[in-house]
Amino acid sequence: MNAALDRRTVAATLLQDRGDLLVVTGLGSASYDAFAAGDHDGNYYLWAAMGSAATVGFGLAMTRRERPVLVLTGDGEMLMGLGALASIGQKLPPNLTIAVLDNGHYGETGMQASHTGRGIELSRFAAAANFPWTGVVTDMDGVAALRERIHARSGTTFASIKIAADELPRVLPPRDGVHVKNRFRAALGLATI
Amino acid sequence: MTAMPAVQAPSWQDEILPTLKSFDVKHVVYVPDAGHAAAIRGAEQDNDIVSVALTTEEEGIGYLAGAWLGGERGALLMQSSGVGNCLNTLALQTMTRFPLLMLVTMRGDWAEFNPWQNLMGQATEAALKLMGVRTWRADHPADIRRLVHGAATMAFNGGEACAVLLGQSLIGEKKWVK
Repeated sequence: MNAALDRRTVAATLLQDRGDLLVVTGLGSASYDAFAAGDHDGNYYLWAAMGSAATVGFGLAMTRRERPVLVLTGDGEMLMGLGALASIGQKLPPNLTIAVLDNGHYGETGMQASHTGRGIELSRFAAAANFPWTGVVTDMDGVAALRERIHARSGTTFASIKIAADELPRVLPPRDGVHVKNRFRAALGLATI
Repeated sequence: MTAMPAVQAPSWQDEILPTLKSFDVKHVVYVPDAGHAAAIRGAEQDNDIVSVALTTEEEGIGYLAGAWLGGERGALLMQSSGVGNCLNTLALQTMTRFPLLMLVTMRGDWAEFNPWQNLMGQATEAALKLMGVRTWRADHPADIRRLVHGAATMAFNGGEACAVLLGQSLIGEKKWVK
């Protein structure tokens, strides 16, 4: 791994001037990174259901076509839901972006090497699933360009962003899932049930 | 668009999609099974329904959580073997309490030819209950509309996880030899 982007800087850049962006985060560090960039009613933090970040974002993107939807997750979380890329590939909502913060490790469990740390490139799965834009991001210019793509809603996007395998202080988003769900829906003008 | 066999499904199968639509279901997500053939075919052809084939059943839990976040209702169709795939992901429903309606066609339940289906089939209802899902069994054609209506009412009015199990005796014996 030659990459050394700082994950918190990457997350903050992707979420900068976010406008009407809706965000789903995968459990573990990706949720901490999004929360560290600033809590927001349009953030939906997962704390479990590993492998589900992409599918939650998929269902949301298919429902709110007029809003950009970002799934921000880690390599381990994405690896557990690879089949979701094939499911998304059947529909390809243009407003959906999956950004994987890829450090090649399972950071939450003791920094064991993940499959991506052993040479598997996640974005190639998305390319196989017919995503119109897939890529590997290794510098902050690429992160800024990805942010532009997210807001353009011009084609389903998958980016693996190569970040340093640092263990940063945990910044914990709310764990009350009902609260997070209800405030997310309220921000969209929706009732609790 | 989609090549599906034009077989004549039992009439109870035709009651499922209209019942779902009466609850304003907009998304039908599924792993195919013969017992769901009519509902899947109808959903695929219905311009008011987004139908999504899944590679594995737990994808449907995430998808429907996301659709509900965005303000729309859906239902997850699967075979009983898929319930095993869903167990850990059901925590997403329990912790966020979004309406999760599941229709499950049973295997390993009655006159099962393939014994490899029996373990998960026999454990399906107990496994769902262990994970906090309300369950109802439909074993007769007359049960279908009433039980799907009941489960949908409790899912969508209560933000609960509700499953209707469609028994193998209802679906019919799978013919392995032509």
